[in-house]
Amino acid sequence: MRKIYLSYNSIISSLGFDSETVIEKIKDEVSGISVINDKALFHNPFYGSVINKTILENEFEALKAKENYTVLEQMMLLSLNKVIAASNITIDESVGLIISTTKGNIDVLNKTSGFDKSYAYLSRIGTALKNHFLFKTEPLVVSNACVSGILSISVAKRLIQEKVYKHVFLVSGDLVSKFVLSGFNSFQALSDSICKPYSKDRAGINIGEAIASILITSDTNYLTEESVELLGEANCNDANHISGPSRSGEGLYRCVSSAMREAAIQPEEIDYISAHGTATIFNDEMEAIAFNRLGFQNIPLNSLKGYFGHTLGSSGLVETIVGMYSLKQNTLFCSKGFTSLGVSKPLQIIEKTKQQQLDIFLKTASGFGGVNTALLLKSIS
Amino acid sequence: MNPKFNINTYTHIRNGKLSLNGNIVFEDETKDFSTFIKSAYRSQDMDYPKFFKMDNLSKLAFMAADIILRSTSNSEENIAIVLSNKASSLDTDRKHQESILDSDNYFPSPSVFVYTLPNICIGEICIKHLLFSENSFFIFDNFNPDHLWIQTEHLLKTKKANKVLCGWVDFDDSNYDAFLYLVEEEGDLDHTIKDIKQLYLCQ
Repeated sequence: MRKIYLSYNSIISSLGFDSETVIEKIKDEVSGISVINDKALFHNPFYGSVINKTILENEFEALKAKENYTVLEQMMLLSLNKVIAASNITIDESVGLIISTTKGNIDVLNKTSGFDKSYAYLSRIGTALKNHFLFKTEPLVVSNACVSGILSISVAKRLIQEKVYKHVFLVSGDLVSKFVLSGFNSFQALSDSICKPYSKDRAGINIGEAIASILITSDTNYLTEESVELLGEANCNDANHISGPSRSGEGLYRCVSSAMREAAIQPEEIDYISAHGTATIFNDEMEAIAFNRLGFQNIPLNSLKGYFGHTLGSSGLVETIVGMYSLKQNTLFCSKGFTSLGVSKPLQIIEKTKQQQLDIFLKTASGFGGVNTALLLKSIS
Repeated sequence: MNPKFNINTYTHIRNGKLSLNGNIVFEDETKDFSTFIKSAYRSQDMDYPKFFKMDNLSKLAFMAADIILRSTSNSEENIAIVLSNKASSLDTDRKHQESILDSDNYFPSPSVFVYTLPNICIGEICIKHLLFSENSFFIFDNFNPDHLWIQTEHLLKTKKANKVLCGWVDFDDSNYDAFLYLVEEEGDLDHTIKDIKQLYLCQ
């Protein structure tokens, strides 16, 4: 089977409009979450992380796009444009496009939206991106709750291994919308402060907005300094509950075990875990149980939700890219918002950003519908 | 040499008919989906009260999957689920949107909101049949047998799954269409793109 690499990348978020800027902010332990007072999004002020639309407008103008695009499409175009340009890959029949999103242009359902309601069909985003960049192949949309970003990486890998494509461009994104905020609020899941994953005093999640793009390839001529090799991946269901994670961490336990088998590595080879850590009691507890069942309680672990909030269908890809820079810089980033351990099993939470030799990391995510995913990634330098 | 895989069983739910391997097992002339699917549920002697709490997309996918999977005795079997559609969860999205349109009449509900993701229907199938296996949900403008085929072949060849339940489940503005099929080593029909296309179109 061909080796698969994650390469050129871009993150657009409240912390900045490219990966390097975002990483610098994370290194300085700056959070992109703030109080947002926007009645069009939520009836009360809330903690979240939202992309600056003035900067977006300016950056997007430089693209000189001819058509009228939704905000999400503009952000995806901008992000993908950077990655395609940097990679210098010619878009032909050997190049695929995958889009990872949970809700896409859901804001067009609002009365005030100037866009046709048909833009809410997720394939519309694929059409918009395909036409702009002149992709020769049919875009693929993955919509699998909060694991979409990671699952899309697995799907890209499989399509390259099956020789459908040589290269795949993957873009992920979800908006902070009235739709999503009202829904999570009805679950009483929104935190009234910056979220505190795995902490005793945590009070729920923050919803965030981030767009990420990446090149996935098996061709070593298209690698960057932060590129990583994808050693193994898996996805398993909890078979337990549609909105609550399994109490035994069954799906997460199984998918990490399965990814380890594919990667053919031992637990002691994992240097770092980039976990899901939404800061809800049930999620954090489930992860602690699963990681203890795996014997991973002493591996340094963080959640990046304290920097970005929960960016839904984009979170898996955004956090994987941050992990790539962690390896490149041999730096463990502090798990922002952590105070004191609030789960029933031990975890090695990274409390201070520090230098450490890093070679392999594990990225996990879990989501509604009982889904869990895991990736094992190795530095190539 | 690569092993050859087969389509073992398939089911359709469309136009007031529920069929298994091309044979109609339940038929109801009623136009309305919720009445139709309830009668279909009763006709199959299902005893699963949670069914009535599901949204339309989940009821559709769950019923189609149950017809295929109830013949599978071993619940711990590694059966992956790969589903696809055009409308994602838009039917329920519109209901949630309705509940937040007006600040004087604001009633978002977690039991509706949780179904605003297309893969929830896969979760419902996994819970009933105790499947701890791989799942993925893809969105296409139209039924895409090429993509379902390649995903399924990969999962089986790499032994990530022993069987794959895959297909199309779409619910949009009272229109519904489900076509699910089970791929494994045993079976009479070849697992080829051409065969999948033909089975999808039959009836």
